Amino acid sequence: MAIKAKNQRLVLALLALVALVGAALLAMSALKDQAAYFYTPSDAKKDHVDVGRAVRLGGMVQKGSIQRLADGVTINFVVTDNVETVPVRFQGIVPDLFKEDSGVVAEGSFQPDGSFVATNILAKHDERYMPPQVSMKNPAMHESESLKK
Amino acid sequence: MHIFANPARFLSIARPLTPWLGWGGALLIALALIPGLFLTPSDYLQGESVRIMYVHVPAAWLGMAGWSGIAVSSLMQLIWRHPLAAVAARAIAVPGALFTGLCLVSGSLWGRPTWGTYWEWDGRLTSMLILFFLYLAYIALSSAGAERGSNDRISAIFGVVGAANIPIIHYSVEWWRTLHQGQSIGLGGSKIDPSLLWPLLVSTLGFSLLFAAIVLMRMRAMLAEAKIEARLKRMTAE
Repeated sequence: MAIKAKNQRLVLALLALVALVGAALLAMSALKDQAAYFYTPSDAKKDHVDVGRAVRLGGMVQKGSIQRLADGVTINFVVTDNVETVPVRFQGIVPDLFKEDSGVVAEGSFQPDGSFVATNILAKHDERYMPPQVSMKNPAMHESESLKK
Repeated sequence: MHIFANPARFLSIARPLTPWLGWGGALLIALALIPGLFLTPSDYLQGESVRIMYVHVPAAWLGMAGWSGIAVSSLMQLIWRHPLAAVAARAIAVPGALFTGLCLVSGSLWGRPTWGTYWEWDGRLTSMLILFFLYLAYIALSSAGAERGSNDRISAIFGVVGAANIPIIHYSVEWWRTLHQGQSIGLGGSKIDPSLLWPLLVSTLGFSLLFAAIVLMRMRAMLAEAKIEARLKRMTAE
């Protein structure tokens, strides 16, 4: 039985596609830990991140933890992933979206005492978009998915 | 799909369809962006800068949909040797690159007031930048291939292989911790309030129609060019 050339090509192309997608997925799952953009407080503790190494620390700004010092440029706050917490100190200007109970990514390094000194602060927001009135009223919109990870 | 593989039949459909898609798209974009940029409510957290979404999200969608179109066309070209499939893939590449670039620029301008940075090398931003480079490489490769002749299989293979980046872009925010937020719209519903969602959907549809019109125009121009070349060749042979 002769197989038509175009059917042969169809089968070959589909096999190549499956192999390609499989290879990409395998490569990406292997990258999973290396490609993470920041450490959570739990990861940082588990991996024993070296003191003084330039890293990013991400999580939520713990409610009630932001303190602005008297010099006007230094702030202290606590980053949490609801398991571990890390106290962070930063001198400079923070983004407008930097708020308590909201996502944050701090660039800097760990200190010998386990605290973190940030050289730059980025705000991370979640996937919800709504007008201010709705954010007060609608409880269904209160759950943040992406920041829980 | 096979009946459209005939260029004459394709042209008889594409010619009247182009203005409908183009003007329909322009109308929908106006219906979405005029209210979206001036009238709809601002975001509870981001304020007015959320309006960048009405351009950024359609641009991102078309950048990714464009390459998916290139991959499907390339597969059809490789399997069934449809001459029109190669033309379609080449026609998609330039507007695809354009919208990917628009996505990167609008995203960068959005990142500064919200995240506090124009650019960060996180999974989503990096994979989208790679898509932009893939488009540039594809355009260079396929225009060189078009010079060589119609039987251009190298850019078709590149079009299929490059499609591996599309699921990576999509899942980057789930697989890896990123600065970019997760998906707002999924199978479980939308995390965007209806008052902010409708301009987004209308604008996405409008830009998609405009994209289709651009692709049809480019395909018609390419077919016309091929016709002229064939005619010139015949004239010089006589």
